[in-house]
Amino acid sequence: MTINFDNALGIHEKALTFRGQRAAVLANNVANSETPNYKARDLDFQAVLAAQQSGDDKGFAASTTHSRHINTESLLDQAAGLRFRTPLQPSLDGNTVDADVEQSAFAKNAIELQASFTFLNSKFKGLMTALRGE
Amino acid sequence: MSLNDVFNISGSGMSAQSLRLNTTASNIANAETVSSSTGETYRARHPVFATMFNEQQQGMGQSLFASQEQAGQGVEVLGVVESDAELQSRYEPDHPMADEQGYVFYPNVNIVEEMANMMAASRAYQTNVEIMNATKTMLQRVLTLGQ
Repeated sequence: MTINFDNALGIHEKALTFRGQRAAVLANNVANSETPNYKARDLDFQAVLAAQQSGDDKGFAASTTHSRHINTESLLDQAAGLRFRTPLQPSLDGNTVDADVEQSAFAKNAIELQASFTFLNSKFKGLMTALRGE
Repeated sequence: MSLNDVFNISGSGMSAQSLRLNTTASNIANAETVSSSTGETYRARHPVFATMFNEQQQGMGQSLFASQEQAGQGVEVLGVVESDAELQSRYEPDHPMADEQGYVFYPNVNIVEEMANMMAASRAYQTNVEIMNATKTMLQRVLTLGQ
Protein backbone atom coordinates (compact mmCIF):
# COMPACT_ATOMS: atom_id res chain seq x y z
CA MET A 1 0.00 0.00 0.00
CA THR A 2 1.50 3.31 -1.05
CA ILE A 3 0.83 6.75 0.29
CA ASN A 4 -1.14 8.65 -2.35
CA PHE A 5 -1.49 12.40 -1.87
CA ASP A 6 -4.71 12.54 -3.88
CA ASN A 7 -6.40 9.95 -1.70
CA ALA A 8 -4.93 11.27 1.51
CA LEU A 9 -5.85 14.92 1.05
CA GLY A 10 -9.29 14.31 -0.42
CA ILE A 11 -11.55 17.24 -1.21
CA HIS A 12 -9.82 19.74 1.06
CA GLU A 13 -7.09 20.68 -1.40
CA LYS A 14 -9.65 21.70 -4.01
CA ALA A 15 -11.86 23.33 -1.41
CA LEU A 16 -8.91 25.55 -0.45
CA THR A 17 -8.37 26.46 -4.13
CA PHE A 18 -12.08 27.27 -4.47
CA ARG A 19 -12.01 29.56 -1.41
CA GLY A 20 -9.00 31.38 -2.84
CA GLN A 21 -10.75 31.92 -6.16
CA ARG A 22 -13.95 33.05 -4.48
CA ALA A 23 -11.93 35.57 -2.46
CA ALA A 24 -10.64 37.03 -5.75
CA VAL A 25 -14.18 37.24 -7.22
CA LEU A 26 -15.50 39.00 -4.09
CA ALA A 27 -12.50 41.36 -3.99
CA ASN A 28 -13.27 42.22 -7.61
CA ASN A 29 -16.83 43.12 -6.61
CA VAL A 30 -15.54 45.47 -3.93
CA ALA A 31 -13.02 47.04 -6.33
CA ASN A 32 -15.85 47.64 -8.82
CA SER A 33 -18.32 48.95 -6.24
CA GLU A 34 -18.44 52.30 -8.06
CA THR A 35 -18.19 51.09 -11.68
CA PRO A 36 -21.30 51.92 -13.75
CA ASN A 37 -23.18 48.89 -15.13
CA TYR A 38 -20.99 46.42 -13.24
CA LYS A 39 -22.94 43.34 -12.11
CA ALA A 40 -21.76 41.66 -8.91
CA ARG A 41 -20.53 38.08 -9.35
CA ASP A 42 -20.14 35.17 -6.97
CA LEU A 43 -18.98 31.57 -7.15
CA ASP A 44 -21.53 28.89 -6.27
CA PHE A 45 -19.83 26.18 -4.23
CA GLN A 46 -22.45 23.51 -4.98
CA ALA A 47 -22.31 24.08 -8.74
CA VAL A 48 -18.50 23.87 -8.82
CA LEU A 49 -18.58 20.76 -6.63
CA ALA A 50 -21.18 19.12 -8.89
CA ALA A 51 -19.15 19.96 -12.02
CA GLN A 52 -16.01 18.50 -10.43
CA GLN A 53 -17.77 15.32 -9.34
CA SER A 54 -19.54 14.69 -12.64
CA GLY A 55 -16.34 15.51 -14.52
CA ASP A 56 -18.05 17.76 -17.06
CA ASP A 57 -16.11 20.88 -16.11
CA LYS A 58 -14.51 22.42 -19.17
CA GLY A 59 -11.64 24.10 -17.46
CA PHE A 60 -8.07 24.35 -18.65
CA ALA A 61 -6.90 20.86 -19.55
CA ALA A 62 -3.53 19.72 -20.87
CA SER A 63 -3.41 16.66 -23.09
CA THR A 64 -1.14 13.95 -21.79
CA THR A 65 0.68 12.34 -24.71
CA HIS A 66 3.46 10.78 -22.70
CA SER A 67 3.35 8.50 -19.70
CA ARG A 68 5.42 10.95 -17.65
CA HIS A 69 3.21 13.97 -18.32
CA ILE A 70 1.56 15.33 -15.21
CA ASN A 71 -2.19 15.85 -15.42
CA THR A 72 -3.78 19.15 -14.49
CA GLU A 73 -6.60 17.96 -12.31
CA SER A 74 -6.06 20.41 -9.49
CA LEU A 75 -7.45 23.26 -11.61
CA LEU A 76 -11.03 24.33 -11.12
CA ASP A 77 -13.49 25.43 -13.77
CA GLN A 78 -14.74 28.82 -12.61
CA ALA A 79 -17.38 29.25 -15.26
CA ALA A 80 -19.27 26.25 -13.85
CA GLY A 81 -20.13 28.17 -10.70
CA LEU A 82 -19.91 31.81 -11.68
CA ARG A 83 -23.26 33.50 -11.04
CA PHE A 84 -24.66 37.02 -10.96
CA ARG A 85 -25.80 38.24 -7.58
CA THR A 86 -29.45 39.21 -7.17
CA PRO A 87 -29.40 42.89 -6.16
CA LEU A 88 -31.19 43.86 -2.94
CA GLN A 89 -31.25 47.53 -3.89
CA PRO A 90 -30.58 48.27 -7.57
CA SER A 91 -28.92 51.60 -8.24
CA LEU A 92 -29.51 54.05 -11.08
CA ASP A 93 -26.13 53.53 -12.75
CA GLY A 94 -26.77 49.80 -13.25
CA ASN A 95 -24.29 48.70 -10.60
CA THR A 96 -25.48 45.81 -8.41
CA VAL A 97 -22.66 45.76 -5.84
CA ASP A 98 -23.65 46.18 -2.20
CA ALA A 99 -20.33 46.81 -0.45
CA ASP A 100 -21.61 45.58 2.93
CA VAL A 101 -22.91 42.32 1.48
CA GLU A 102 -19.63 41.75 -0.34
CA GLN A 103 -17.56 42.53 2.75
CA SER A 104 -19.52 40.12 4.93
CA ALA A 105 -19.35 37.43 2.23
CA PHE A 106 -15.58 38.00 2.05
CA ALA A 107 -15.24 37.64 5.83
CA LYS A 108 -17.30 34.44 5.80
CA ASN A 109 -15.22 33.09 2.93
CA ALA A 110 -12.04 33.86 4.89
CA ILE A 111 -13.33 31.79 7.82
CA GLU A 112 -14.25 28.95 5.46
CA LEU A 113 -10.76 29.12 3.95
CA GLN A 114 -9.35 28.77 7.47
CA ALA A 115 -11.57 25.74 8.01
CA SER A 116 -10.40 24.12 4.77
CA PHE A 117 -6.83 24.94 5.70
CA THR A 118 -7.21 23.38 9.14
CA PHE A 119 -8.61 20.18 7.60
CA LEU A 120 -5.78 20.06 5.07
CA ASN A 121 -3.20 20.71 7.75
CA SER A 122 -4.55 17.91 9.93
CA LYS A 123 -4.32 15.56 6.93
CA PHE A 124 -0.64 16.43 6.59
CA LYS A 125 -0.13 15.97 10.32
CA GLY A 126 -1.73 12.52 10.05
CA LEU A 127 0.60 11.62 7.17
CA MET A 128 3.62 12.79 9.17
CA THR A 129 2.57 10.64 12.11
CA ALA A 130 2.18 7.65 9.77
CA LEU A 131 5.62 8.26 8.26
CA ARG A 132 7.35 8.58 11.62
CA GLY A 133 5.64 5.52 13.01
CA GLU A 134 6.12 6.62 16.57
CA MET B 1 -7.61 33.59 -10.14
CA SER B 2 -6.33 32.93 -6.67
CA LEU B 3 -5.47 34.67 -3.45
CA ASN B 4 -2.46 36.34 -5.06
CA ASP B 5 -4.73 38.10 -7.56
CA VAL B 6 -6.60 39.82 -4.74
CA PHE B 7 -3.59 42.11 -4.23
CA ASN B 8 -3.74 43.25 -7.86
CA ILE B 9 -7.54 43.62 -7.76
CA SER B 10 -7.64 45.59 -4.52
CA GLY B 11 -4.62 47.60 -5.65
CA SER B 12 -6.39 48.60 -8.86
CA GLY B 13 -9.44 49.60 -6.78
CA MET B 14 -7.28 51.71 -4.48
CA SER B 15 -5.54 53.48 -7.34
CA ALA B 16 -8.88 54.18 -9.07
CA GLN B 17 -10.39 55.60 -5.88
CA SER B 18 -7.34 57.74 -5.16
CA LEU B 19 -7.57 59.16 -8.69
CA ARG B 20 -11.20 59.97 -7.95
CA LEU B 21 -10.10 61.71 -4.72
CA ASN B 22 -7.54 63.64 -6.78
CA THR B 23 -10.12 64.92 -9.25
CA THR B 24 -12.41 65.85 -6.35
CA ALA B 25 -9.58 67.81 -4.71
CA SER B 26 -8.85 69.52 -8.02
CA ASN B 27 -12.52 70.42 -8.47
CA ILE B 28 -12.88 71.87 -4.98
CA ALA B 29 -9.58 73.76 -5.25
CA ASN B 30 -10.72 75.31 -8.52
CA ALA B 31 -14.32 75.95 -7.47
CA GLU B 32 -13.73 79.72 -7.46
CA THR B 33 -11.28 79.95 -10.36
CA VAL B 34 -12.87 82.61 -12.55
CA SER B 35 -12.15 83.59 -16.12
CA SER B 36 -13.46 86.10 -18.60
CA SER B 37 -14.65 83.62 -21.26
CA THR B 38 -16.58 80.34 -21.24
CA GLY B 39 -13.83 78.54 -23.13
CA GLU B 40 -11.12 79.17 -20.53
CA THR B 41 -13.19 78.45 -17.43
CA TYR B 42 -12.38 75.38 -15.38
CA ARG B 43 -14.95 72.60 -15.69
CA ALA B 44 -15.60 69.88 -13.07
CA ARG B 45 -13.72 66.69 -13.88
CA HIS B 46 -14.85 63.16 -13.08
CA PRO B 47 -13.16 59.79 -13.73
CA VAL B 48 -14.92 57.00 -15.67
CA PHE B 49 -14.45 53.52 -14.18
CA ALA B 50 -14.63 50.23 -16.05
CA THR B 51 -14.04 46.59 -15.15
CA MET B 52 -10.76 45.00 -16.26
CA PHE B 53 -10.90 41.52 -17.77
CA ASN B 54 -8.22 38.96 -18.42
CA GLU B 55 -7.43 39.63 -22.09
CA GLN B 56 -5.74 36.30 -22.65
CA GLN B 57 -8.92 34.48 -21.75
CA GLN B 58 -11.05 36.88 -23.78
CA GLY B 59 -8.94 36.35 -26.88
CA MET B 60 -9.56 32.62 -26.86
CA GLY B 61 -12.87 33.26 -28.59
CA GLN B 62 -14.63 30.22 -27.15
CA SER B 63 -18.01 31.87 -27.05
CA LEU B 64 -19.81 35.12 -27.56
CA PHE B 65 -20.24 35.51 -23.81
CA ALA B 66 -16.58 34.99 -22.94
CA SER B 67 -16.58 38.05 -20.69
CA GLN B 68 -19.49 36.60 -18.71
CA GLU B 69 -17.66 33.35 -18.10
CA GLN B 70 -14.94 35.04 -16.10
CA ALA B 71 -14.97 37.40 -13.18
CA GLY B 72 -13.15 40.68 -13.68
CA GLN B 73 -9.55 41.33 -12.72
CA GLY B 74 -10.04 44.69 -11.07
CA VAL B 75 -11.07 48.19 -12.04
CA GLU B 76 -9.46 50.62 -14.44
CA VAL B 77 -9.95 54.31 -15.16
CA LEU B 78 -10.94 54.74 -18.81
CA GLY B 79 -10.47 58.48 -18.69
CA VAL B 80 -11.38 61.73 -17.01
CA VAL B 81 -14.33 63.61 -18.49
CA GLU B 82 -15.19 67.27 -18.04
CA SER B 83 -18.72 68.10 -16.96
CA ASP B 84 -20.77 69.93 -19.61
CA ALA B 85 -23.13 71.49 -17.08
CA GLU B 86 -23.74 75.19 -17.55
CA LEU B 87 -21.12 77.62 -16.18
CA GLN B 88 -22.21 80.31 -13.78
CA SER B 89 -21.87 83.82 -15.14
CA ARG B 90 -21.98 86.54 -12.54
CA TYR B 91 -22.20 90.29 -13.08
CA GLU B 92 -19.10 91.67 -11.33
CA PRO B 93 -17.93 94.72 -13.31
CA ASP B 94 -15.27 95.58 -10.69
CA HIS B 95 -13.60 92.18 -11.07
CA PRO B 96 -10.22 92.36 -12.90
CA MET B 97 -11.23 89.34 -15.02
CA ALA B 98 -14.59 90.79 -16.08
CA ASP B 99 -15.35 90.90 -19.84
CA GLU B 100 -16.67 93.93 -21.75
CA GLN B 101 -20.20 93.46 -20.44
CA GLY B 102 -18.92 93.11 -16.88
CA TYR B 103 -19.43 89.36 -16.49
CA VAL B 104 -17.05 86.79 -15.00
CA PHE B 105 -17.51 83.04 -15.42
CA TYR B 106 -17.37 80.67 -12.47
CA PRO B 107 -16.73 76.89 -12.86
CA ASN B 108 -19.64 74.42 -12.86
CA VAL B 109 -18.32 72.69 -9.72
CA ASN B 110 -21.03 71.54 -7.33
CA ILE B 111 -19.40 71.57 -3.90
CA VAL B 112 -22.08 69.40 -2.25
CA GLU B 113 -21.75 66.79 -4.99
CA GLU B 114 -17.96 66.87 -4.67
CA MET B 115 -18.08 66.35 -0.91
CA ALA B 116 -20.39 63.35 -1.35
CA ASN B 117 -18.02 62.01 -4.00
CA MET B 118 -15.08 62.47 -1.65
CA MET B 119 -16.76 60.53 1.16
CA ALA B 120 -17.79 57.70 -1.17
CA ALA B 121 -14.27 57.48 -2.62
CA SER B 122 -12.55 57.37 0.76
CA ARG B 123 -15.00 54.72 2.02
CA ALA B 124 -14.41 52.59 -1.07
CA TYR B 125 -10.65 53.03 -0.63
CA GLN B 126 -10.90 51.88 2.99
CA THR B 127 -12.90 48.79 2.02
CA ASN B 128 -10.25 47.85 -0.54
CA VAL B 129 -7.51 48.24 2.07
CA GLU B 130 -9.45 46.02 4.47
CA ILE B 131 -9.89 43.34 1.80
CA MET B 132 -6.16 43.46 1.12
CA ASN B 133 -5.33 43.17 4.82
CA ALA B 134 -7.66 40.20 5.28
CA THR B 135 -6.09 38.48 2.27
CA LYS B 136 -2.62 39.06 3.68
CA THR B 137 -3.66 37.29 6.89
CA MET B 138 -5.16 34.42 4.87
CA LEU B 139 -2.01 33.98 2.79
CA GLN B 140 0.24 34.08 5.84
CA ARG B 141 -1.90 31.35 7.40
CA VAL B 142 -1.70 29.22 4.25
CA LEU B 143 2.08 29.57 4.27
CA THR B 144 2.21 27.66 7.56
CA LEU B 145 0.82 24.53 5.87
CA GLY B 146 2.48 21.39 7.16
CA GLN B 147 4.17 23.04 10.13
